[in-house]
Amino acid sequence: MFAETETASVKNVNRKMDSVIHVEKLNKSFGNNHILHNFDFDLLKGENVVVLGKSGSGKSVLIKCIIGLMNPDSGSVNVLGKEIPELNHQELDRIRVKVGFLFQSNALYDSMTVRENLEFPLRRHWIQKNKETVNDLVMEALTNVGLAETVDMMPSELSGGMRKRIALARTLILKPEIILYDEPTTGLDPITGKEISTLMLEVQKKYNTSSVIISHDINCVKLVSNRVVMLIDGICYASGTYDELKVSTDKKIHKFFE
Amino acid sequence: MIFIILSNDSIHASVFNFKSSLRIIAMVVSADIWKSFLSETGDIARFTGRFFTEFPRPRYEFGEFLRQAFYIGYKSLPLVAITAFIMGLVITIQSRPTLVEFGAEAWLPKMVSISLIREIAPVITALICAGKIGSGIGAELGSMKVTEQIDAMEVSGTNPYKYLVVTRVMATTLTIPILAVLADTVSLYGGFLGANIRGVVSWDLFWNQVFDTLVFGDVLPSILKTFFFGFAIGIIGCYKGYNSNKGTEGVGRSANSAVVISSLLVFVIDLIAVQITDLLQLN
Repeated sequence: MFAETETASVKNVNRKMDSVIHVEKLNKSFGNNHILHNFDFDLLKGENVVVLGKSGSGKSVLIKCIIGLMNPDSGSVNVLGKEIPELNHQELDRIRVKVGFLFQSNALYDSMTVRENLEFPLRRHWIQKNKETVNDLVMEALTNVGLAETVDMMPSELSGGMRKRIALARTLILKPEIILYDEPTTGLDPITGKEISTLMLEVQKKYNTSSVIISHDINCVKLVSNRVVMLIDGICYASGTYDELKVSTDKKIHKFFE
Repeated sequence: MIFIILSNDSIHASVFNFKSSLRIIAMVVSADIWKSFLSETGDIARFTGRFFTEFPRPRYEFGEFLRQAFYIGYKSLPLVAITAFIMGLVITIQSRPTLVEFGAEAWLPKMVSISLIREIAPVITALICAGKIGSGIGAELGSMKVTEQIDAMEVSGTNPYKYLVVTRVMATTLTIPILAVLADTVSLYGGFLGANIRGVVSWDLFWNQVFDTLVFGDVLPSILKTFFFGFAIGIIGCYKGYNSNKGTEGVGRSANSAVVISSLLVFVIDLIAVQITDLLQLN
């Protein structure tokens, strides 16, 4: 019994050391609504993990706790060796350079051109570069998503799929180690959704990023995931590859793959 | 002449009626409404308090402040100027018959200039700005909030409160007084035209009378209060937008309530300013 506990403990420490994100016993409630209950989660380097769960199950809350947009009620959120809830504003900014976030609604700044949208994170994170270097970085990020010609357009002139790609380019411009995707294919047609999923894989290969992907789109899950985590009733209900979970006989898991 | 003598009984009855009226009002305005009113007031106070803690700290967003000052101030110039001109014109035309009745037509420039400079031009400017700028800020920040642009800003290493709120509040606080001074001037031109529609008042006579009438105590308090108008319009617009929720419906509500609350605050501040001016006997 003691040996088993010790082995589990050693495994846990090893996993924590390999993880770029380590979440342990995370609790988050809104009033009487308990969203996350002792939630445990790990993201290993170079891994694409999809978090699957029903709407309102706390998937977005989880990644907002990871990026420090929300404070957990209790528990540990460790990103690249830093305990997020304990960081001050400056320390949090330094971590955020290494963690990109693709918002569900794209969150492009309506009043800025595509170029200004992409330059914004560079200027705000005090990354001092001359005008030519900034321009090269902007064009590189846009070329990566196949939209170099939109550089001087306004977000309102772009389609949903193009906006998603531009948002991804803005996320990539700081060359993050980790990317958090909040429902990247929601609201897109199946073809564009597949294009975005493929793009996410290309990005992972090119920049060797690790990703947490929140998604309901089972095609996206199948295509991009190395591992799937089921978030049900506020806990990590199951974890495994897409193929492992698809053949699960558990009713709660099976529903998602029907 | 009729004297109304109140007996002790009737005084008691009046006091009783007053108390029972208050009780009825308190019952009508339920506890929930009081609770939400006090909670909202507390939130606005906290939001305003945050402005004073964030404002002096670096990093200073001069670029965004200038951009906002351009949009808030420069872009409102035509609207404020046209409205002020019309107000000056209308006030003069409306006042003339009454002054003629008392044989005091010669006092028209004096009366009009006092009304316009002390009260009408600053308050009308503030109300126009509450409508145009307050709703604009409420809607803009509200839509940024519901489309996660404010969160995106924070992730991009920006303090959204400093970047969005402090710059806008500073812009409204500093540009609305400039707009009010412009409105003062343009409204007097309107007054001059109004005085010459039915009568004949020479250019020199009109302006001599205006400048003879107006004293430091008329102009300074009226300009000083516009700084407070500007601050109130900015902070309420930002508060409503920054705390917007419930999607696009919430954005509309934010814009609407930003206008309602900031317009109301303009009158409350005006009332307080007039009382202070009166107590200090500035005019």
